[in-house]
Amino acid sequence: MSVNPDLQGRSYPPTQPYAVGREKIREFAAAVKAGHPAHSDLEAARALGHADLVAPPTFAVVLAQRAEQAVVQDPDSGIDFSRVVHADERFTHHRPIVAGDELVATATVETVKSLGGHSMVTTRADIATTAGEPVSTVRSTLLVRGEE
Amino acid sequence: MQKGDSIGSTTIRLDRADLVRYAGASGDFNPIHWSESTARSVELPGVIAHGMLTMGAAVQLVTDWCGDPGRILDYQTRFTQMVPVPEDGGATLEVTGKVGAVDAEAGTARIDLTVTDPGNDGARVLTKAQAVVRVDQP
Repeated sequence: MSVNPDLQGRSYPPTQPYAVGREKIREFAAAVKAGHPAHSDLEAARALGHADLVAPPTFAVVLAQRAEQAVVQDPDSGIDFSRVVHADERFTHHRPIVAGDELVATATVETVKSLGGHSMVTTRADIATTAGEPVSTVRSTLLVRGEE
Repeated sequence: MQKGDSIGSTTIRLDRADLVRYAGASGDFNPIHWSESTARSVELPGVIAHGMLTMGAAVQLVTDWCGDPGRILDYQTRFTQMVPVPEDGGATLEVTGKVGAVDAEAGTARIDLTVTDPGNDGARVLTKAQAVVRVDQP
């Protein structure tokens, strides 16, 4: 089974609102070994002009992967998750994510390409506040390995 | 600041507990990152690190250099080599960074990261790992 080329251009409904909490930022920062005090110390974050604790630069992946689940789980997608390898990732931040944000992510399939039995699927997750303010754009390409 | 300037280097040590911690924190529970038998069943050499863990840990060098994680406007990479994390000893990655470009008009600098795995003949595990950073005086 190969990836359905008709996925290209398809958009999915936004995720449920995600409340970004201080402890989640601290937990994620520890997991990526991000020791900067702006991730854990409120005074340090405020001294840099931020409203609250600042999420690490790759934290948006938590939101993006929730949105991408809709693509992978689309019964029409033809994507076998056990054969998926992460090929590339890009974060473009319109502003930093901080504790207290309430965010939604909307996934769109930008391209589907076939490469010698494999497929490359590039998705874009647009992350915004529930009030509609754009926060981050996350692009991710999955390589779906063809059957041997 | 000019193109070619070094921003320093660092070492990232990863063990199995780090992979479990990242799985929990990120919500990425793909078993290839914690189950040896699952990893081998899909023709991997063993449990491998999440690419996003490597990407997330490598950018710490940039955060330390610029002094504020909120200054990192854009960060991208390709994942070109898997990072096997053996149960005994784990993995160690070497990270170096240099200024790849300066845009005085935009007030930004592009930092190019090199991330290698000495346990895998020094293979580059990330390619085109670039962070665009807001700077005060480029």
